[in-house]
Amino acid sequence: MSAADTHATEPVTGGRPLAPPPAAHRSAVPGRGRTGRRTRQSRSLPYLLITPALVIMAGVLGYPLVDTVVLSFQDERRGNLWLHTSPPWVGFDQYTSVLTDSEFWHVVLRTFLFVAGCVFFTMVLGLLVALLMQRVSDWVRLMMTSVMITVWAMPLLVSSSIFKFMFDSDYGLVDQLLTRLPGVDYTGHNWFLNPTSGLTIIAILVIWGAIPFIAISLYSALTQVPKELEEAARIDGARGIGIFRFVTFPVIKPVFVMTTTLSVIWDFGVLGQILLMRNNLPEQDYQLLGLYAYVQAFTVNSFSRSAAISIITVLLLSCFSIYYLRQLLKIGEVE
Amino acid sequence: MSTAAKVTYRSKKKSRAGWNVLGLITFVIMGFPVYWMIITALRPSQEILSYHQKLYPSSVTFDQFKRAIDMPNFWDNVKSSVIISLFSVVIAIGIGLLAAYAIGRFRFWGRRGLMIALLLVQMIPATSMLVPIYIQLNDLGGLNEYWGVIAVYAASTLPFSVWMLRGFIINIPRELEESAMVDGCSQMAAFRRVVLPLLAPGLVAAAIYALMTAWNEYLFAYVLLQDNDKYTLSIWLLKFTGQRGTDYGALMAGSILIALPVVFFFLLVQRKVAAGLTAGAVKG
Repeated sequence: MSAADTHATEPVTGGRPLAPPPAAHRSAVPGRGRTGRRTRQSRSLPYLLITPALVIMAGVLGYPLVDTVVLSFQDERRGNLWLHTSPPWVGFDQYTSVLTDSEFWHVVLRTFLFVAGCVFFTMVLGLLVALLMQRVSDWVRLMMTSVMITVWAMPLLVSSSIFKFMFDSDYGLVDQLLTRLPGVDYTGHNWFLNPTSGLTIIAILVIWGAIPFIAISLYSALTQVPKELEEAARIDGARGIGIFRFVTFPVIKPVFVMTTTLSVIWDFGVLGQILLMRNNLPEQDYQLLGLYAYVQAFTVNSFSRSAAISIITVLLLSCFSIYYLRQLLKIGEVE
Repeated sequence: MSTAAKVTYRSKKKSRAGWNVLGLITFVIMGFPVYWMIITALRPSQEILSYHQKLYPSSVTFDQFKRAIDMPNFWDNVKSSVIISLFSVVIAIGIGLLAAYAIGRFRFWGRRGLMIALLLVQMIPATSMLVPIYIQLNDLGGLNEYWGVIAVYAASTLPFSVWMLRGFIINIPRELEESAMVDGCSQMAAFRRVVLPLLAPGLVAAAIYALMTAWNEYLFAYVLLQDNDKYTLSIWLLKFTGQRGTDYGALMAGSILIALPVVFFFLLVQRKVAAGLTAGAVKG
């Protein structure tokens, strides 16, 4: 389209009746005509460039999002899918039935505790690792970075498999090592019999897998902290914690907040780890919000109920992300 | 004076040694599960199914790898994974590059809205998109087809690819393009001849990050694909767990086979990815 545009306008530019006087002058000077064409072209060019991205995002992300909202006000079941019949409208019924279900609130509470624990330990340990990376020798840092990159790139189901093996009740290393401690017998201990201990193992897996991203992001943020600032604070009498709190942390705060928000979002979506650890058939006590919505859709076969749960989840999540959202709205003002 | 300098130097060295020890402990803790995976995959089966696990193997064998590869559908699933990841990355990076260039180089109405939208969609949990996408693909006949999964992966890696590429593009001085345009290049030619070569490393980093995301994804692949020979490698791992227990040796060997390519590529480009991931936070 842009090519057609430029070809069509080029011969006309000079002879257009309404063209302002400089236009005639413009066509007379060789280089100028190109400039005119370029501005015209560049006005539509950015829109042309973003069109494919907009189309695919609207189709694969935007439409389903709208559809989730629509679905949550209907009663779509698997039967409708096969028969291609349109589901009946039920208003807020799905929401009232979800919100009055005590099981749902158990799941919400469990999810909150799980996410809070995971995010807290991920951020604290990630920050400590980042600070440590700043203080070690280069060769140690290289070793730490490579192991963390390896862990980061590890497919989720692969790392879940490793943990499943390490915490196996028969051949798991953890049980056998604990049993070697004097006075402790963990032979054949099944960590997953009790959902609290099972979810703790899953949380350890999540934290282990998330530390690398946090530590590396925070480390690269820490390298941005000007040395002079810390030195000045030291001369003024600040010490360890004080320097960190009043000098270092304010500089890395934007990255810290962003990575915390991302961790919250990711940990809300924990699902595959539980599926794999529980042999694809997680007990009810293992359900977190993501898994709960998944089970409602694909085991209970109520797509609409699942959609309603998803919408509630997104609303809950956005409460946590308000700071991040505000940060987002500032984008573009700075540049 | 010189002794004082020596003392501070020595104490600095001493304190660094303490940090180094802590760093090595972190290294061991973080790396241990990976080590355990590798060791298990290399040892004979009777050592894996043992009540007295040793921290190192007594002998090394490749039996576990052989059994993993002999599992049904391994090569089919390798093919699926490669097709799905490659196509989705090419689409995401190709389309993402155009959009990133528009955002990074032009001022146009709706630019800021687009940037916010790109970050906003990353906040939506993937699980909430599962049901509508499943229904939509069912209507379009895209269930159990590669293109359905490819479209989903391309779209879900797109926002991040755009964001990351934008970060690389704004670091290329605009003057370079302008001087090319003064020399007679059109805007697109300047892009192709000046920006693209400079962008190549960033492009590779973004592509590998997208590749990693697509290669490691399991949920959509599990729900949208239905045939054993169409599943991706992540789903293939679920086969090692049966009613009669888990074949851990083969599972660990299979895990290595799946993790190896992504870990390798990712080690190459990690520096750029980390910078790209948080570019939004620093700039905003």
